[in-house]
Amino acid sequence: MKPLTSRPPFYWRLRPFIYRLEGSRCSVCGHFHPLNRVVCRRCGSRTLERERLNNAGRLVNYTVVHQAQEGFEKTTPYLVGWVEMDDGTNLVGQLTDCDPQDLKVGMTIEMVVRKLRVDGDSNLIVYGVKFRPLVQR
Amino acid sequence: MRCFLCGAAVLKVDEHWDKSLAELMAEAGLRALEDSNLSTVDHVFVSNVYGERLQEQANLGTFLAEELGLKNVVATRVEAGGVSGLAALYSAATVVRSGLSKAAMVVGVEKMSDGTLEESISLMTMEERQEYIGSFGVSQLAEAALLYKEYMRRYKVGAESIAYFSVLSHENSSRCSHAQYQFKLSLESVMNSPMIAEPIHRLEATAPADGAAAIIVVSDDLAEKLDRTNCTLTGLGFSNDLPVAFDREDPLAMEAVSTAGRRALEMAGVSRSEVDFLELHESYSVMSPLMLEALGFTERGQACVKAEKGVFGLSGELPINTFGGLKGRGHPVGASGVYAVAEAFLQLVGEASKNQVAKAERGMVVSMAGLGAYAGAAVLEAVR
Repeated sequence: MKPLTSRPPFYWRLRPFIYRLEGSRCSVCGHFHPLNRVVCRRCGSRTLERERLNNAGRLVNYTVVHQAQEGFEKTTPYLVGWVEMDDGTNLVGQLTDCDPQDLKVGMTIEMVVRKLRVDGDSNLIVYGVKFRPLVQR
Repeated sequence: MRCFLCGAAVLKVDEHWDKSLAELMAEAGLRALEDSNLSTVDHVFVSNVYGERLQEQANLGTFLAEELGLKNVVATRVEAGGVSGLAALYSAATVVRSGLSKAAMVVGVEKMSDGTLEESISLMTMEERQEYIGSFGVSQLAEAALLYKEYMRRYKVGAESIAYFSVLSHENSSRCSHAQYQFKLSLESVMNSPMIAEPIHRLEATAPADGAAAIIVVSDDLAEKLDRTNCTLTGLGFSNDLPVAFDREDPLAMEAVSTAGRRALEMAGVSRSEVDFLELHESYSVMSPLMLEALGFTERGQACVKAEKGVFGLSGELPINTFGGLKGRGHPVGASGVYAVAEAFLQLVGEASKNQVAKAERGMVVSMAGLGAYAGAAVLEAVR
């Protein structure tokens, strides 16, 4: 059976979030939700506005993954980070442009868009958000 | 909420290459029916999570009924991720209590050996939000690793203390004839097994498994007429949380587990100290301490200390995972909750053989979907 994640419309629909971290922010309590929402999951309000998250945040924690899920067999080991963006929103995503020894809890990270994988059947190249340590220039 | 469990069956958790999903559920269902001395049931509930992905089979309730030669029965499949088994039990208990059913069968079944190991990691991730977690290339395993690290940091607990829960599970599964892994594990072998998502070692997570378990739920009237020792289901509780752990105020809090457990105990009118054994949902080793703490059986951050003192062993103060739990007995996902309920039944009717908890009067089964996205709990009591 074809996995959902290799269907082009699935990724096409998700572009605002997986390329730009666009979601819905509650106008009442300020909570940010990934993707489109009609009701705030925290306070129940129905007034939400589309918003794009700030690009930067800090690294809360990370892990080196050796056992891949489907489609990521060739990318192990890969890094996954738990990050807190500047507005306080917590996200998890892959870390890129770094080695585990470069990482320090609390360091500043920024969002980038990277190739995530190539789907075997349709050769669909899947791009999405990853995080990398912010390099001071 | 009082109804009776009057029969159970547990197949060996294994890689059943030669058996289909239908054969597995039929075998478990038939054995439970024979165990109960009943000739038939009027409702069947199948608990299964991955049938439409791995076997491309939907409508499992009807297929189970066909396999068992049941005609004109109500037949449904129930799915709530890792809570599927208890959700199916909830369906059975509510139809029996409401009078719609005299006898209902719950069969949990899963056949994961039809997929690869990578697929099983993806399948577990189906309990997370695919549009976010899945599309970012994150798996549930990676999220569990992040929670594990946070647990170590917050409570200053070493990895060995958490990994010890795998040793505990295997201690019990080593003497259980339906367990996937019937051998003991040393802490050293857990810590020396390959890292799958640092700090989680391979022997701290479950492996893909096939299995089926079944229970029969009946009304008070019918239970009296049957020549079979039974146990009562006295409490059930469920609760949801934000599905992705990192969206919650505190990703380690497992509030759904706390609430589900509290509700089940309240419904049963039982206090924590009256619970004689506990079946947990340790999909990863760190879930044992997290659940024990969320349920209030230990203070936050103290579960590992208690475990090392022997509190949770089979002859300890509060035995957990008495047949090996998800790690040792095995984790055929949709079947796991039904296994746990069937195992609680075996404990309470005194048929747990080498895994028997002495003087087991009350047991509690707690399941969770995802990493605390949804939780269910059941309290079962012996009939004396």
